Amino acid sequence: MSIMSYNGGAIVAMKGKNCVAIASDRRFGVQALTLTHDFQKVFEINDKIYIGLGGLATDVQTLSETFRYRVNMYNLKEEREIQPKTFAHLVSSTLYEKRFGPYYCEPVIAGLEKDGSPFICSTDLIGCTTFPNDFVVTGTAEQQLYGMCESLWEPNLEPEDLFEIISQALLNAVDRDAVSGWGAIVHVITEDKVITRTLRGRMD
Amino acid sequence: MALKFELPKSGFNFDNYNRNLILESKGLKSPKTIKTGTTIVGCVYKDGIVLGADTRATNGPIVADKNCEKIHYLAPNMYCCGAGTAADTEFTTNLISSKLELHRLATNRQSRVVTAMTMLKQMLFRYQGNIGAALVLGGYDVTGPHLYTIAPHGSTDKLPYVTMGSGSLAAMTIFENGWKKDMSREEAIEIVKDAIESGIFNDLGSGSNVDVVVITKDKTEVLRNYKRPNERVKKEQSYKYPRGTTAVLKTSIRNFVDVTEGVATPMDLS
Repeated sequence: MSIMSYNGGAIVAMKGKNCVAIASDRRFGVQALTLTHDFQKVFEINDKIYIGLGGLATDVQTLSETFRYRVNMYNLKEEREIQPKTFAHLVSSTLYEKRFGPYYCEPVIAGLEKDGSPFICSTDLIGCTTFPNDFVVTGTAEQQLYGMCESLWEPNLEPEDLFEIISQALLNAVDRDAVSGWGAIVHVITEDKVITRTLRGRMD
Repeated sequence: MALKFELPKSGFNFDNYNRNLILESKGLKSPKTIKTGTTIVGCVYKDGIVLGADTRATNGPIVADKNCEKIHYLAPNMYCCGAGTAADTEFTTNLISSKLELHRLATNRQSRVVTAMTMLKQMLFRYQGNIGAALVLGGYDVTGPHLYTIAPHGSTDKLPYVTMGSGSLAAMTIFENGWKKDMSREEAIEIVKDAIESGIFNDLGSGSNVDVVVITKDKTEVLRNYKRPNERVKKEQSYKYPRGTTAVLKTSIRNFVDVTEGVATPMDLS
């Protein structure tokens, strides 16, 4: 039993055409015992950046507050909004600082850059970043998500199609993971709006 | 006003160390970090240095990144290939790169490869191998071309051709078989490409593309994805779902508005 699968969870982010989507399941449990199904794992950093934190729930919440604090400090000092790339470096440095006593948390970041191009990024628990041009996944359903995303994803998806693809990838992945699921939430970020949808999923 | 909480100035933070030990003692296993299973090589030729690397990053048996960058910038005349724990190679080379930049600004001289090598080995030795970075350092300075390997514990080698990472044996066979003194640029790039491809195809920890960097006396060329022997074929069928497939419980749309400064109109009091 790994620390990363103590609470369970699944998060995925995908690139589309001038849009980006991030989705997570909503279960919070302790090993096989499900406690709530309205747990927040995806957090808003600003209008156009969202971060999903997968792993040990206590560290998910600690880190979400740490990032909120550090981004607020950035906004006050710089008097401007943080950009996705800068934020990814902030996340990476925050995690690497704890190289020898890490947070058990693997974040994924989704956002739109200044020019409107999609940005996704994932890091491991000590802050090693990857910037793929298709999708990123994290959590206990990681393997299932890789399988779903590799077959469903294609380039230049419109926001509506991206929503269907990311939702189906997540829902079908978590159905094959005992400690993920119990509903899902999807955010689709476009140039002029954010569409947030809660999905109906299996509750078993 | 002094803040109640201050951001730490620098250095590693061990706050979670004891907690994590307790969690591990309760039988919960610590997760694996992303490793670059890696084939990295370097080779001296007539006019300078050629560095090469594959582009696969692995997380256990999972391919975490199909096209990552393992040849890190250190200075304009110096690059460094990294194998081992990916975060460690990234942050170690970044730190030394910053130190070299400051050193150049203070001395007004080009950085020397020995300087970078010494800084790297001293840092890695200080951490007794806990920073899992295995490096191939190559560069050209006033004293000529230099090629080093630096192991995670801080030991170094200076050789005319070197390989590191899990694909090092596969890559070394190519060099042992084909390396010659005073090769041309084309010959050197070719043997480096062959060495990396040997790693890509024979070592499971290495894969995808070949990155090459050529460093000469007054020019550095970064040949990102010099060879792509594993190009993905186009999908023959699309699995797009018709819109409306997914059952949605609740939708909320938040439109962004532009707030601009304008002339305030007086309130209508009639």
